[in-house]
Amino acid sequence: MFSVKNLVKIYPTGQHALKGCSVDIDKAQIVSIFGPSGAGKSTFIRCINRLVEPTSGKVYLDGVEITGLKGKDLHEARRKMGMIFQEYNLIERLTVMENVLSGRLGYVGFLQAMFRRFPQDYVDEAFHLLERVGLEGYHNQRADALSGGQRQRVGIVRALIQHPKILLVDEPTSGLDPKTAMIIMQLIADLAKEKGIPAIVNIHDVALGQQYADRIIGLTEGEVVFDGPPSEVTAETLTQIYGEEDWSKTIRKVEDEEE
Amino acid sequence: MSSSSSSTVWKRDHFIKNPFLRWTVIILVTAYVLYALNDMNLNWARMKSGLPRAVDFFHRMFPPDFSRWTMIQRGVLESLQMAIISTTISIILAVPLSLGAARNISVRWVYLLSRAFVVVARSFPPILVAIIFVKAFGFGPFPGILTLAFTALGFMGKLLGEAIENIDPGQVEAIRATGANWFKVQLYGVAPQVLPRYVGLSIYLLDINLRASTIIGIVGAGGIGGALFNAFHRYEYDTALAILIVIIAIVLVMEFISSKVRGRLQ
Repeated sequence: MFSVKNLVKIYPTGQHALKGCSVDIDKAQIVSIFGPSGAGKSTFIRCINRLVEPTSGKVYLDGVEITGLKGKDLHEARRKMGMIFQEYNLIERLTVMENVLSGRLGYVGFLQAMFRRFPQDYVDEAFHLLERVGLEGYHNQRADALSGGQRQRVGIVRALIQHPKILLVDEPTSGLDPKTAMIIMQLIADLAKEKGIPAIVNIHDVALGQQYADRIIGLTEGEVVFDGPPSEVTAETLTQIYGEEDWSKTIRKVEDEEE
Repeated sequence: MSSSSSSTVWKRDHFIKNPFLRWTVIILVTAYVLYALNDMNLNWARMKSGLPRAVDFFHRMFPPDFSRWTMIQRGVLESLQMAIISTTISIILAVPLSLGAARNISVRWVYLLSRAFVVVARSFPPILVAIIFVKAFGFGPFPGILTLAFTALGFMGKLLGEAIENIDPGQVEAIRATGANWFKVQLYGVAPQVLPRYVGLSIYLLDINLRASTIIGIVGAGGIGGALFNAFHRYEYDTALAILIVIIAIVLVMEFISSKVRGRLQ
């Protein structure tokens, strides 16, 4: 259903961010991408929906080659990919409802969008999803009045209302406290399962990433250095991904939580 | 306490570190200012002989003469209309111009074109533009409106363009990721971020245009300025003062309104 073939990205600065990454996802699973800062995780995820233009390589979603699309076709392809961001990236001055409905911008006309005349079924669904993530009654609040965890819930709803075929998630928990981070990860994992879609999740927190993932991909200096189930992630794997360190505590933490 | 002998003296670095260069600059600037003062014949004798004339002129302004009220009223209303029409034109045209003049939104050739327009529009003072437009289109409020709209557009293009350049790119990215086209990205990703600035600038612009509209009449571009100029020309200083009082009153009222509105935008 989703496939990345030999993706390469070289920035105009000469930085070689991706050096030929290939990933296939053929079922609805949570894929955590591990890797040190600057390994190319953000670039990888942005090359998929082409917020960043890949230098070469191909991306396929449901048989459509995303990398070959232009203009209107590209916009339509992006509608099928929901994205969740590190800094939430909500439109701060707009209300929760406007932020959620912005996820449907690809489906409405300019004037409809301008005068906030969204079809009733979109609004119904927005209310329903807000209730699902625990933000009932918040629809008229401005986004900048919300806490970090609440903002990310809005970000999740905005992505889901697109009816995506895949979720692209970039460091969803990095600004959140540990408890909120777990709740947000749980929510993303649950909702992806509910909708039956895969999610690619860039994540710094190894324990959290392992706990919710069905599959781990290790990215180091723009190359895939590990691809396997969380149970196969060992201290050696982490050393391979991040470099030499005492990983015993990091890994035991996960096992403790699973008991 | 005994450590004071080993402590390091700290002094802030001079703006120009090289002492030779620093003193050269100081001496040259001082010398030039003295030369210029002398060259411009700025002296007390002239000041003294001029003062009584200024006082006399001032005396002849009192009391202000409001007897030609209909003429003043017509001029003031014309100025007001010129200000409102030109502001409306410029804040509408400022939207595409400032998007074009924002490096993060625009493509290169549109950016350069927009910036070039902004530089040209901003480098001429309104009175100079008015002279050119009066020459081209004849006397009256029409060249006046063009003048105000043109200079205001330069102002808006620059300040709104810079506001757009400083927006949070993450919010724009998020809207792009939803599959929205370019126009809808501007509508949801850009506009909400700069809207308070846009409204604030628009009100400020009306303020500026109103002031300018009272001046450009001096070169025949309509409004109360023409009447003011004529009054001075005919040595009717009392009428001139009446006009000045009306202008000042309007500017104060405008200032009050705009500060109220801008205060509420915060």
